[in-house]
Amino acid sequence: MSVAVFIFYLFAICTITGGLFTVISRNPVHSVLWLILAFLSSAGLFVLLGAEFVAMLLIIVYVGAVAVLFLFVVMMLDIDFAELKAEMAKYMPLALLIGVVLLMQLTMAFGSWEASAQAEGLRGAVTPTDTHNTAALGLIIYDQYFLIFQLSGLILLVAMVGAIVLTLRHRTDVKRQDVVAQMHRDPAKAMELKDVKPGQGL
Amino acid sequence: MIQADLTIIMPEIILSLFAIAALLGAVYTGKDKFAPMLVWATAGVFVTLALWIGVNGEGTNVAFGGMFNDDAFSRFAKVAILLSSAAVLVMSQEYMERKGLLRFEYPVLVALAVVGMMVMVSAGDLMTLYLGLELQSLSLYVVASLRRDSARSTEAGLKYFVLGALSSGLLLYGASLTYGFAGTTLFSGIIQTASDGSISVGLLFGLVLIISGLAFKVSAVPFHMWTPDVYEGSPTPVTAFFATAPKIAAMGLFARVLYDAFGGVVSDWSQVIALLSLLSMFLGAFAAIGQTNIKRLMAFSSIAHMGYALMGLAAGTALGVQAMLVYMAIYVTMNIGTFAFILSMEKDGQAVTDISALNQYAKREPGKALAMLVLLFSMAGVPPMVGFFGKLYVLQAAYDAGLAWLAIAGVIASVIGAYYYLRIVFFMYFGAEQDDALDKNSSPVLWTFLMGSAAIMVLGLINLFGIEGAAAAAAATLVN
Repeated sequence: MSVAVFIFYLFAICTITGGLFTVISRNPVHSVLWLILAFLSSAGLFVLLGAEFVAMLLIIVYVGAVAVLFLFVVMMLDIDFAELKAEMAKYMPLALLIGVVLLMQLTMAFGSWEASAQAEGLRGAVTPTDTHNTAALGLIIYDQYFLIFQLSGLILLVAMVGAIVLTLRHRTDVKRQDVVAQMHRDPAKAMELKDVKPGQGL
Repeated sequence: MIQADLTIIMPEIILSLFAIAALLGAVYTGKDKFAPMLVWATAGVFVTLALWIGVNGEGTNVAFGGMFNDDAFSRFAKVAILLSSAAVLVMSQEYMERKGLLRFEYPVLVALAVVGMMVMVSAGDLMTLYLGLELQSLSLYVVASLRRDSARSTEAGLKYFVLGALSSGLLLYGASLTYGFAGTTLFSGIIQTASDGSISVGLLFGLVLIISGLAFKVSAVPFHMWTPDVYEGSPTPVTAFFATAPKIAAMGLFARVLYDAFGGVVSDWSQVIALLSLLSMFLGAFAAIGQTNIKRLMAFSSIAHMGYALMGLAAGTALGVQAMLVYMAIYVTMNIGTFAFILSMEKDGQAVTDISALNQYAKREPGKALAMLVLLFSMAGVPPMVGFFGKLYVLQAAYDAGLAWLAIAGVIASVIGAYYYLRIVFFMYFGAEQDDALDKNSSPVLWTFLMGSAAIMVLGLINLFGIEGAAAAAAATLVN
C-alpha cells in the first residue's frame, strides 16, 4: 500500500466517521464539531485529487464560516433536542427500512458501475492544461462559465433580498438611533443651565 | 467569442439589470410608494421582451459552448412565461395594495424568478439547469411567505422551501451520477455517451433521480404533497403566479433534459413519465372532489393538468412535445382567467375562498358567471372549448406513440375530474339561495382578464390563434 492510498483511506474513514457522528451524537454542539472533522477530511481528499483551491475553499468557507455560524445558531437557539429525538424515534423503523432499501439499490448501481467510454476524454476536455489549477479555475470561470457564475450572483442577491423582505420590519413603537439628528443637536437648545441656590429647590 | 455569447443571452441580461436597477432605485427613493408603478413597469418590460424574443429571434444559437440554447423551443416557452407573468403581475397589483402586501421587492423578486425560468428553458448543461431552477425556486419561496403576519403564508413558504431543498438534493445527486457516467455536464456530451439504446444502471439511477427532482417542481404525483398547502397558504396573486409561469418553465426544462440529454434512450424514461402522468391525472381528479376551498381545488386541478401535459412528454415523439406545449399554453390562459375570478371573490372587503360562497352567483353577476362557466368547461375538457382540443392533442399523441392504455386512462380521469368543475357551475347557477352575497367587485383589470381569457377559450377553437405552428416548430428543434 503506497503512502497516497494509505492517506486516502485515512481521510475517507475520517470523513465517514465524522458524518456518522454528526447524525448520531446526542449533544448538538458535538454534532457540529464532528461536522468540522468531516469537512477537514474532505478537504484532505480534495488535496489528494490535486484540487488544492477547492480544498482551501472548503476549509475557509465551510469550516471557517459556515460551521462557526452553525455553532452559534445551535448555542443560541433554545431547542430541546432530546424531545426532537424522541419524536424522531417514532419513525425510526420506517426510516431504517427506507435506508436499507436505498442502500441496496445504490450497491446495485455502484456494483455494476461502468463509466462511458468517452467519459475520460470529456472530463479532461473542459480544463485548461499545463497550468496551475487555481489559475485554470480563473481562466474558465470568467469566460466559459461566465453565465453560471453570474447566475450564482443573482441567486445570492435573491437570498439577500428575501432575508430582508421576510425579517425587516419598521416598528413604530421602538426608538431608533438617528445619527444625523444626534450630530446636529444644538447644546444651547437641548440643555438649560440653572443656577441653584443652596438650600433652595428649583 | 464572449461578445457573441452575450448577444444571445441579451434578454436575460436586460431583465436582470432591470431588476437590479428597480431594486436600487426603489431602496434609495420612495420604497413601497413606488411599488404600484414598479409592478406596471416590470409587466411592461416582460411584454416588451416577449415581443422582442417572439419577433426577432430566429434559428438555433448556442452560447457558452453549449451551456445555453436559444432555439424555437426556448423562445416559445419564454414568450409564454413572460406574457403570463406580466398578466399575473398586473392582476395582482390592486389586490396586494389593498391587503397592504404590495412591497417594492415583490415585482423585483418576480422579475428575478422570470430570469431563472428563462435560463431553465434554455439550459444546455446540468449546471445551467440547476442554477436557473434555484434562482426561480428561491424567489418563489420568498414570495410565498410574503404575508409575514399570517401563519398560513409563513407555513407555505417554509414547507415549500424545505421540500424544495429536498427535491434539489435529489436532482443534484442524479446530476452527479450522470456526470460520473458521462464525464460531462453538457447535454450535448451526455447524449453522445447515452445514445446506444441500452444505458448503464448508474446512468439510469441518475436519470430517475433527475426526473424525481423535476417532477417535484411540476408537482406531479407522487411529488405533489406540497402543492395544496402552498397554494392555499400563499397570497392569492402569488398562487396565481405559481400556477402559471413556473409550470411552463418546469415543463420546458423537463422536455429539454429528456430530449437534449437523454434523447437516445427514450424507452428508458418514457415509462417513468407515463406512470407519473397516470398517477397525477387520477390523484388530481379524485382528491379535488372533497375540496371546498377554491385555492386547494385549483392546486389539485393543476396536478391533474400536469398529468395531461406529462402524457405528451411520455409519448416521446415530436407530436407529443408539440401537444405538451399547446396544452401548457392553453392551461396557462385558462388559469389566468380563473385566478382573475378568484381574486375578485370578496365579501365585505375580505377575500373568500370557500366555493359555497358562489351560490346563486349567476343571478347577481350573469356576465362574470358565464365567463367562469366557459373557463370551467374548458378546464374540464368539454367541447367546444379550447381546453378540449388541448386534451385531444395529448391523447392523440399518446395514442399514436402506442400508449393507448394511458390515453384511455386519461379520458376516464378527465370524466371523473369534470365532476368538481361542474360542481362549481352548479353552485353558481342552481345553488341554494343565501343572503350574504359576495361583493360586486368592479376592478376593470380583473374583469378584462376574466373576459379575455373566456373569450379566447371560445374563439380559439377557430385556429388556436396559430400557436400550433409555433409549437410544431418548437417541438421540431427538440426532437430530431
